[in-house]
Amino acid sequence: MFDALRERFESIFDRLKGRGKLTEADVDVALRDVRRSLLEADVDYKVVKALLESIRGRAVGKDVLESITPGQQVATIVYEELADLMGTEPSPLAISPKPPSIYLMVGLQGGGKTTSTVKLARRLAGSHRPLVVACDLRRPAAVEQLKILAAQSRVPFYGPEHGEKDVLRVVEGALEYASGHLNDVILLDTAGRLHADEELMEELAAMKRAAPPTEVLLVVDAMTGQEAVKVASAFHERLRLTGVLLSKLDGDARGGAALAIRKATGVPIKFAGVGEGTDALEVFDARRMAQRILGMGDVVGLAEKIREMAESGGAEKMAGTLKKKFTLEDLLVQFEQIERMGPLEKVLEMIPGFSRMKVAAGDEADSGRLGRMKAIIQSMTPSERRDPSIIKGSRRRRIAAGSGTSVQMVNQLLAQYEQMRKLWKQFGKQDKGFKLPKGLFGGGGFRI
Amino acid sequence: MSFFERLRLGLQGVRKKWSEGLSGLFSGGAIDPEFWDRLEEVLISGDVGAALSQSLVEQLKQAARERRVATTEGLYGLFASILAQRLSEVPLMGRPVEPEKGVLTIVLLVGVNGSGKTTTAGKLACKWAKEGLEVIMAASDTFRAAAAEQLKIWGERSGVRVVAQQQGSDAAAVAFDALAAARSSGADVLIVDTAGRLHSKHNLMEELKKIARILDRERGESKLETLLVLDSVMGQNGLAQAKTFNSALSLSGVVLTKYDNTAKGGIILAIADEMKTPVRYVGLGEGEDDLRPFDVEEFVRALLEE
Repeated sequence: MFDALRERFESIFDRLKGRGKLTEADVDVALRDVRRSLLEADVDYKVVKALLESIRGRAVGKDVLESITPGQQVATIVYEELADLMGTEPSPLAISPKPPSIYLMVGLQGGGKTTSTVKLARRLAGSHRPLVVACDLRRPAAVEQLKILAAQSRVPFYGPEHGEKDVLRVVEGALEYASGHLNDVILLDTAGRLHADEELMEELAAMKRAAPPTEVLLVVDAMTGQEAVKVASAFHERLRLTGVLLSKLDGDARGGAALAIRKATGVPIKFAGVGEGTDALEVFDARRMAQRILGMGDVVGLAEKIREMAESGGAEKMAGTLKKKFTLEDLLVQFEQIERMGPLEKVLEMIPGFSRMKVAAGDEADSGRLGRMKAIIQSMTPSERRDPSIIKGSRRRRIAAGSGTSVQMVNQLLAQYEQMRKLWKQFGKQDKGFKLPKGLFGGGGFRI
Repeated sequence: MSFFERLRLGLQGVRKKWSEGLSGLFSGGAIDPEFWDRLEEVLISGDVGAALSQSLVEQLKQAARERRVATTEGLYGLFASILAQRLSEVPLMGRPVEPEKGVLTIVLLVGVNGSGKTTTAGKLACKWAKEGLEVIMAASDTFRAAAAEQLKIWGERSGVRVVAQQQGSDAAAVAFDALAAARSSGADVLIVDTAGRLHSKHNLMEELKKIARILDRERGESKLETLLVLDSVMGQNGLAQAKTFNSALSLSGVVLTKYDNTAKGGIILAIADEMKTPVRYVGLGEGEDDLRPFDVEEFVRALLEE
């Protein structure tokens, strides 16, 4: 999701890296790029304008933290502004205290209403008895589509009589059917329509009056352009939306529409469609999304973790090793520190540029593997750990047996240690104090 | 309502939206930095894209200097001709597919989910059937529930035969069968409707390539037109769609759908500019007559005129 925009940000902030101070000129250059990339991501141009103003004010002003590098400073500010815009508080689907809960699904043609309706019903099926209702009497075979999808997902379905033209009659029938079949959740799949089509918008308003909905959910294609704000505003004005479902977010769409819809309507984005299967629906996580847009990971969170680790003495221990030769004992200390920082996936996510490293580390980056690596080192004698060059064939077999791994894995670890040792020598030369070596996680360096 | 009346009404929405921004901007007033900024914003808000908007504005600035245009009214005509020229440069821009009697033309419709492929297939079938051509449609969207049923309803409307198999069957096999059927019945046009797919999904694009490969291998002397169906509400991702589908299939054009909607579709300027892929048709609604060849002059006029 949002990968394209994230990559843009990464390249922007790469250029800012290695600067000592954040000048006004730096900020302007960066913001020009931020503007371009936000616009390319289909963020509404008015929203971009407002966003840049507040970022500039904060970046050049006193609000800047001195503890992290300039690129991260701007990134953090952009992140905070983005997160602010998206709204960080989760907004779960409202359930009516008095059943049934009625959800009215609305949107443009081809936005993904029918699929999303079934996805949502399937999600609710665990705790409720949902009923999906085909109210799209316009598009050929739309009723049939919902019926088939519902059957495939084992969700009860209600549809109009053949040749029915009056959608209000369908709603009426559905309510009756639901009360007879004890369905406590009713999802109304409506026909796609233009936000500018007065007649059809009125039809929705009439449906809303006939069956007062618990939620009115707008289904919006994540690939929508600048029109997204107008679409959302028009639907909101007419129907008082309560939530948005962002569909087709599994593509490479930059999805800037999401930012703007929230800003323009104040309506939270509640769900994201992330695939073609009817189970591919996620709760929309605005905070995570803002982080992902930036591609900077949870910069502040990482800084905190590193500070914690430094306070516990780990960093000094590590910094000390920079002065001398890097041994397998040091590698073991590193493994332990990585473990202490939390689940590996979580730590990796916090590291700036992780999206690129993920490619390098791939599926191999699992905590189980880290455990086995540790076991191999722990199966070595102290002299072996200090001087791995003495580990020949029979020692390798012994270590493999002792750690419950294979000679192959021992070989792998030793080869990677060798790469690591060379890398460490370079870090020692730089002598810039503690710095999480980038090569540790990817880029041809050590692979966990 | 007559066909042209419908077009006119459809285009009116477009015209109104563009002119709200542009005519206000071009109706007198000074040519100052704020004017250029606002012009760029108008283009960006029409999904033209940040880079192309900037370059168009630069081009207009330079042209204005060279020709000593000092009023915003004068810039208006100049800008219209710049836009029209950029579009017209692209070969086949606005040229509809022209099937001939007696020679089979295959039209392969591709695009992301929900862009309007099936509706476009139905409209094309209606149009050509009315012109007296023998048309066959292939329901190669074997993924989406009831996609074949939807196409069959269009087939009934247009009196066109639809070749279909069950949901989940091999899409390329459907295309193959339909081509054989088209051959044996001496059809003039075969319209192949495919499942919507996000261009970033490798496997689905491979499946699509297979359909295209089989059609290409089996087509003999027949013409093959591969059209990307693009929703006009699409933002900058539309360019990525066009690029990826083009590199997989070599597109012969774009159908800009739901143009009566937001009707800006500025992304086609970027597609024309960067890829030289022509827009062949625009879709203006859900009725069977709501499809027409893309017209550059009209598009630009609608873009800029009151």
